[in-house]
Amino acid sequence: MVNENLVKDVVKEPYKYGFVTDIETEKIEKGLNEGIIKLISQKKDEPRFLLDFRLKAFKKWQKMKEPDWAALGYKKIDYQDIIYYSAPKQKEKISSLDEVDPKLLETFDKLGIPLTEQKKLTNVAVDAVFDSVSIATTFREELAEHGVIFCSISEAVKNHADLIEKYLGTVVPASDNYFAALNSAVFSDGSFVYIPKGVTCPMDLSSYFRINSGDSGQFERTLIIAEESSSVSYLEGCTAPMFDTNTLHAAVVELIALDDATIKYSTVQNWYAGDEEGIGGIFNFVTKRGKCLGKRSKISWSQVETGSAITWKYPSCLLLGEESVGEFYSVALTNNLQQADTGTKMIHIGPKTKSTIVSKGISAGNSKNSYRGLVKMGTKATGSRNYSQCDSMLIGDQASANTFPYIKSQQPNSEIEHEASTCRISEDQLFYLQSRGIEFEEAVSMMVSGFCRDVFNQLPMEFAAEADKLLALKLEGSVG
Amino acid sequence: MQSKMKESDPILEVKNLSASTDNLPILKGVSLTVFPGEIHAIMGRNGCGKSTFSKIIAGHPSYNITNGDIKFLGENINSLEPEERSQSGIFLGFQYPIEIPGVSNLEFLRVSTNARRKFLNKEELDTFDFEELVKEKLEIVKMDQAFLSRSVNQGFSGGEKKRNEILQMALLEPKIAILDETDSGLDIDALRIVASGIKRISNSQTGIILITHYQRLLDEIKPNYVHVMSDGQIIKTGESDLALELEKKGYEWTDNFIKET
Repeated sequence: MVNENLVKDVVKEPYKYGFVTDIETEKIEKGLNEGIIKLISQKKDEPRFLLDFRLKAFKKWQKMKEPDWAALGYKKIDYQDIIYYSAPKQKEKISSLDEVDPKLLETFDKLGIPLTEQKKLTNVAVDAVFDSVSIATTFREELAEHGVIFCSISEAVKNHADLIEKYLGTVVPASDNYFAALNSAVFSDGSFVYIPKGVTCPMDLSSYFRINSGDSGQFERTLIIAEESSSVSYLEGCTAPMFDTNTLHAAVVELIALDDATIKYSTVQNWYAGDEEGIGGIFNFVTKRGKCLGKRSKISWSQVETGSAITWKYPSCLLLGEESVGEFYSVALTNNLQQADTGTKMIHIGPKTKSTIVSKGISAGNSKNSYRGLVKMGTKATGSRNYSQCDSMLIGDQASANTFPYIKSQQPNSEIEHEASTCRISEDQLFYLQSRGIEFEEAVSMMVSGFCRDVFNQLPMEFAAEADKLLALKLEGSVG
Repeated sequence: MQSKMKESDPILEVKNLSASTDNLPILKGVSLTVFPGEIHAIMGRNGCGKSTFSKIIAGHPSYNITNGDIKFLGENINSLEPEERSQSGIFLGFQYPIEIPGVSNLEFLRVSTNARRKFLNKEELDTFDFEELVKEKLEIVKMDQAFLSRSVNQGFSGGEKKRNEILQMALLEPKIAILDETDSGLDIDALRIVASGIKRISNSQTGIILITHYQRLLDEIKPNYVHVMSDGQIIKTGESDLALELEKKGYEWTDNFIKET
């Protein structure tokens, strides 16, 4: 068939970010025990409360079992075969970007995230995280003028210990789940954001996570606090080199929104997905949760998940404040042998709370893509509403899509709406577009972006364009 | 390739075309030549190969050409991709236009029109200029602008889908249009709209092939030639009165032709 030949002809665009930076790194020995945790804490020169937090988490983790309820199949992870701390060797204290190893700057340059003063992106502040450490954060002074704190979480532990102690682990407790407990024990770096009362963050904030090392895990931790009547838009990007081993990435993200505060959190996840035979790729086990603590507060998650061999991720909202709003907009694309089990939890606790879920799953190749979501109306959530829409698109006849919606309502005076659909890109649809002069590749990406439009509309502009391109790229040659 | 052509040269020249799908022969040596300004009708029982014929001309990937040639404006197009055929001026009006959720009809029409315009070295149209053009063409098919903001064919009635096909044809201004049962499932008013749309694009430079079961479309658009197809072959060719005779006598009558040949 012509299409099949075409598929073979189309050059499989190689994973653009698969390079490894050749840099001397400081790695600790493999394995996980109390000694390792103390070593990590010591390396980071942490206060006592944090070491206690880690050790408590570790004790809990040891008693927990790896969850097996997700629709995922993968080789058992040997937690003793992972390096829990890996950092590029550089000077002890870095006071300016000039002192950062040029190789690191070059790496982020190549990833399209220039950090130096001359080249840095003008409209967005970036925190660049390389393996276990944050390399640089741009626009810090400018942000500080507005009272906005944007730095690595390691720095925040040193300079804003009060805030860390007050909020860390309050949204995602260490005992929340297996991977959150692991992260709480060993997290190395990540971003910290604090938006003071009444401040609208003057620019988008962004973290870029880069895994460089093949045998160490990345355990980043992000904490964002938006005080009363403040707002912030935060973007997150992720890439990793191509290795034939699997690398574990277990992050925790906690968001806290007080009265009338708004946090918009957007992710484009493009970790290395493994090759066509399913060799290599990142195991992405992530706990992301936001707490709408204040009245009329709003937390909005949007995510474009295209990478990773395994994705296990449910960005959620706890809607405590009266009239608070939670949103989840997701596009998850899997190809070849990728597996994704992703969705959200909207926990309505306060009255008149509102949540919206729009999930678009696209499965191509032999991949498996599941939406899993929980909508819960608590006893006090009177007058609360949820709307969920979960659509799946299948490309080819080997891929699978599942939807697992869980609905629990303890409040009769609340509304929950759920819509779901499944569709398939068929040869006839493609032929129709082609017979109108539209190129094969364009036809596929037209249909996919049409399918994802509701979600792309929620992304910040430059992100939306990038997401569109990324999907087109990922799907090249996957239709036959 | 147009420059090489003389006005009297055929637009489409199909010679001894055989094709199969899943190793099952569907076309068994079809020959058909369409000169500029001509209207041809192809009639025949369901499953005789009419639709397959139209899809193969448009380049459908499910069919293999096992023998014969398709020449369009003097060039062999056997191996061209469907999009290349469309861009160079071949239009297929589908019997069952497919729904494409999420893709806006307006954007689809614009991308499609621009692909053809690019081929013709005409300036590509931005959204605003295109809206002007499409408004004009909507008149032809008596469609409301609301059609444009909907997804391609999604939730369209049968008649609306067919009118959307004619709209596409009007925008693409093809050299040859093959209309596969565009008239089936239409009420009298919709049939008239479709027929007048076809007449609008038909001129001394273009060719049209109407695949149909019914005389009523041919009452509106009088063909120069009528071909009867059976079991993957054209078994009889005549003028427009052949269609009338066929309507009277039914396809059973044509079975005798096969015996004759």
